[in-house]
Amino acid sequence: MAHESTYNPQTGFEKWLDKRMPVVRLAHDSFVDFPTPKNLNYWYTFGAILTVCLVIQIITGIILAMHYTPHTDHAFQSVEHIMRDVEYGWLMRYVHQNGASLFFVAVYLHMFRGLYYGSYKEPREVLWMLGVVIFLLMMATAFMGYVLPWGQMSFWGATVITNLFSAIPVVGEQIRTLLWGGFSVDNPTLNRFFSLHYLLPFAIFGVVVLHVWALHVPGNNNPTGVEVKDVKKDTVPFHPYYTAKDGFAIVVFLTIFAAFVFFNPNGMGHPDNYIEANPLSTPASIVPEWYFLPFYAILRAITFDIGPITSKLGGVIAMFSAILVLFVLPWLDTSKVRSMRYRPVARGWFFLFVIACIALGWLGGKPAEGAYVLASQIATAYYFGFFIIILPLLGWLETPKPLPKSISEAVLKKTPANEAAGSDKPMQPAPAE
Amino acid sequence: MSVTQETENEEPTRRDFIHIMTTFAVAGGGLATVVPLVSQMWPDASVRALSTKEVDLSAVEVGQGIKVMWQGRPVFIRRRTAEEIAEAEAVTISELPDEDARNENLAGAAASDAARVTDSAGVVRNEWMILVGVCTHLGCIPLGTASGENRGDYNGWFCPCHGSHYDTSGRIRKGPAPDNLPIPPYQFTSDTVVKIG
Repeated sequence: MAHESTYNPQTGFEKWLDKRMPVVRLAHDSFVDFPTPKNLNYWYTFGAILTVCLVIQIITGIILAMHYTPHTDHAFQSVEHIMRDVEYGWLMRYVHQNGASLFFVAVYLHMFRGLYYGSYKEPREVLWMLGVVIFLLMMATAFMGYVLPWGQMSFWGATVITNLFSAIPVVGEQIRTLLWGGFSVDNPTLNRFFSLHYLLPFAIFGVVVLHVWALHVPGNNNPTGVEVKDVKKDTVPFHPYYTAKDGFAIVVFLTIFAAFVFFNPNGMGHPDNYIEANPLSTPASIVPEWYFLPFYAILRAITFDIGPITSKLGGVIAMFSAILVLFVLPWLDTSKVRSMRYRPVARGWFFLFVIACIALGWLGGKPAEGAYVLASQIATAYYFGFFIIILPLLGWLETPKPLPKSISEAVLKKTPANEAAGSDKPMQPAPAE
Repeated sequence: MSVTQETENEEPTRRDFIHIMTTFAVAGGGLATVVPLVSQMWPDASVRALSTKEVDLSAVEVGQGIKVMWQGRPVFIRRRTAEEIAEAEAVTISELPDEDARNENLAGAAASDAARVTDSAGVVRNEWMILVGVCTHLGCIPLGTASGENRGDYNGWFCPCHGSHYDTSGRIRKGPAPDNLPIPPYQFTSDTVVKIG
């Protein structure tokens, strides 16, 4: 949150630089002496984890690009060349490939955290919307990255997804041709996807800077959803309290990451992508990467025409709406209470929403037939119902629990024993709860 | 700033003229810049050069089928036997799920077998069934062109992905696919050479 700068340049060089470009002051005020609510739990460490993910993806990606050939005749072989011939190439590729999956694990947990604690509400709407922009850019980047190895799933996944654009009335076919640069997914498509796959992570990095800026103006939300009232009582400096907490969470996350890379590197991939792309033969079932499955299920749930809208176009609209609805969420949720901790009714609906999302993810990997379609339709209806019916209505109907007067009150009430013994354990109510 | 106030009720000044010209130059220049930036995304000359394809059919025997690539998609060409033609002609249009011929050479025609084998010059060659081999459901490649492959319940093509059955005229008969297999624009340049595209 906005606060008086406490940076005090010590050396002559720091003083000289501070007058010309106060970059050290900016870093100090943002990541050292930044007042942070003292009650943040581990759900609040995913921001730092995601930053680490982005850096890992960019570094391994730049290295992979040094050995990869974006041509339909060579792409598949060049990936195998990275795996077999390049020193530690297998490591770079497995880190990059599993890094993409774990990036999405972290971003989904980060988003559910924001939903649960009402982090999208006034005054953090812009912060939330920038987050949705990052999510969209991540999806585009991941989709194009998956095409690059030029395996069967790369090719047919790209074919199915680019074909979705042809559902747009009037200009759809033209847009599809413009994406392809030809009459089907082919070498021009692979070339432009490679170019954009290299570009977009830096665009993400730019929006992340804005995201952090938008976070640092109102300051962090916290599990109580109560704003900081007294900086002295309610907050602790970001360093060392949260650098340590985030650091620990990052180590745990990287341990799980390493377990995937070294013990099950293809566990989250599809075996068909180790068959080179063949435009003359389709895999028995085309499934996207796991992190797209909930949206894939929504796409396929629309099996009926709605007036002039064909089922194909309806599915595309539903799929994109599932993300776009997040942009207006700050205005759909009418409750003034941020945290679900104090919203007994909304809390239950929230957990049902999480279950619906997981169910959609499971259904997206199943064939689109019989009971799976009906189940997808029910889960899709709930997905949208949660945002456009339940959250707007609950603001009026629900009686929230009484909110704590302040963050410090909430923290101290939780640990009465510590409060009693507080004098000899002064660090006790500090952040790690 | 106060330029507009001073010039109110007066003739336009040189400065007004420069403002307007600058605005138009920036807008025009911006637009002119966007054109090449977007146009490079369209299929380039080398791709367009492959947009038509000539196929020599002299080696194809009756009852045999071949696959050729056209615009990155497979085109199935089957030289049908007399029985296959008779089978396709015996179907009444009202029993078809898709009653449109889906023939680019004969837009909007009903899906009779004759309409399915008409080329862009209007010539009907019953023997030659030429169609784009991409299932109209979700873009898989149907089986049935090579000998020994599953031809489905209607002796034409069968898509293994979600079980769509096409007849000997490439018309959808059973399964989730909504449309008949599309007929590409083509014309016979001689009795044994066909130009697709």
